[in-house]
Amino acid sequence: MKKTRLHESHKKLNSRMIEFFGWEMPVEYSGIIAEHLAVREAAGLFDVSHMGEFLIRGKDALALVQHLTPNDAARLAPYQAQYSALTTPQGTFVDDLLVYCLGPEEYFLVPNAANTDKDYAWIVAHKDGFDAVVENVSERYTQIALQGPKAREILQSLTDVDLPAIKRFWARPGKVAGVDSLISRTGYTGEDGFEIYMTASEPAVVWEEIIRTGRPHGLLPVGLGARDTLRLEASLMLYGNDIDETTTVLEADLKWIVKFKKGDFLGREALEKQAAEGIKRKIVGFELREKGIPRSHYPVFVRGQKAGEVTSGTFSPYLKKSIGLVYLPVADAEIGAELEVGIRDKKIAGAVVPIPFYRRETAP
Amino acid sequence: MYPKEFHFTKDHEWVKVEGDEATVGITDFAQKQLGDVVYVELPAVGTTLDIHQTIGVVESVKAVSDIYSPVSGEVVAVNEGLNDSPEKLNQDPHGQGWIIRLRLKNKGDLEKLMTAGDYEKFLEGLTS
Repeated sequence: MKKTRLHESHKKLNSRMIEFFGWEMPVEYSGIIAEHLAVREAAGLFDVSHMGEFLIRGKDALALVQHLTPNDAARLAPYQAQYSALTTPQGTFVDDLLVYCLGPEEYFLVPNAANTDKDYAWIVAHKDGFDAVVENVSERYTQIALQGPKAREILQSLTDVDLPAIKRFWARPGKVAGVDSLISRTGYTGEDGFEIYMTASEPAVVWEEIIRTGRPHGLLPVGLGARDTLRLEASLMLYGNDIDETTTVLEADLKWIVKFKKGDFLGREALEKQAAEGIKRKIVGFELREKGIPRSHYPVFVRGQKAGEVTSGTFSPYLKKSIGLVYLPVADAEIGAELEVGIRDKKIAGAVVPIPFYRRETAP
Repeated sequence: MYPKEFHFTKDHEWVKVEGDEATVGITDFAQKQLGDVVYVELPAVGTTLDIHQTIGVVESVKAVSDIYSPVSGEVVAVNEGLNDSPEKLNQDPHGQGWIIRLRLKNKGDLEKLMTAGDYEKFLEGLTS
């Protein structure tokens, strides 16, 4: 199993480790609920070094990114980022990812850990005719995420970079605890915060300094368990659960990352056709009114008939209720529409609710 | 760590016998493995259970786990407190986190269970 460069730090924190797509990763330290609430109320620090990183460089770097992704990478200034996807010709997901512009001929892509090898092969297979070099640099990078209302204050005491000057979905290079980093104001929790990319051979000092500095502010190290519950409350898609090669970008309610005006891209024709004809199903959020916890693949019933399957579900540690996502026929997907989730031998009543389930109230 | 008067199963349930009644719960090891418990599905009072029959389900944030009856008998009480405070199962698994109470059908069932000492050795085997 692959280990991150922070493995020893996790052991010192008594983390419980699990296998996650070939990586040995911390799933929890002090408990999923405590970690989840720390991120909502103070701060949490995540090791997300399992995420992939690709560099695309060359005269046609932008053109290649534009060809592969539905969002408009031409709008990115250096050190600006956007949420996007790798799309199939059918308009479904090879993966979802972040695209950073690092310079006019240099783009940095951050795909899911589980898809890194598949994505790299996909990009290589679709780069014919583009004057660009694609490099899978995943092994070089340590990535940590510092998230929550206290994230900025904690990080600011460890860097000279003026953090308030970094806007949402922008990044800046600089030192954190003396280590060269790319500090990005992005995240996967629904909170304000930062993702920090480092290529140092010994990045543990950064992790440990953030823990030390953050503890008095209520910071906890956070594992993959709470990462999942946090992202679900914020209705951020998880590849393999909520989106995959069978779901289109439009069905996943991500029309905002599809920019038809930018020119051609893989999946454009299929998505234009689907946009013109109207989608037949779409992802919606639901909550349960009775006790029971919806989980992936549990059946969802509308008027007694099976209408879909839960893609992600959990007991929400912050909202204290059972929530989930499901693809439903558009006619049954209105806010307030009644549904039932099959949990073992029972059908538990619930209703379609607006997503995200959780949204931070005050934008900093 | 594990109460001397309890009996234990390899599925990490415990049994505490008082007269002809047995209280059943899950062990401290089990609650640690599960993590934060957020829901417990309890049987109805009056249900008759055989050995190894499913009592109910314990759900943590990440996992769903069946609980099996270590002994046979009739359910005479369920821990209603777990409906509103499932976290008791984490906080006090051998006490306030009890799950059901049974009227024992056959005290001989207990002979098949482990003592606290046996269970501790069994855990050492699992974690080493």
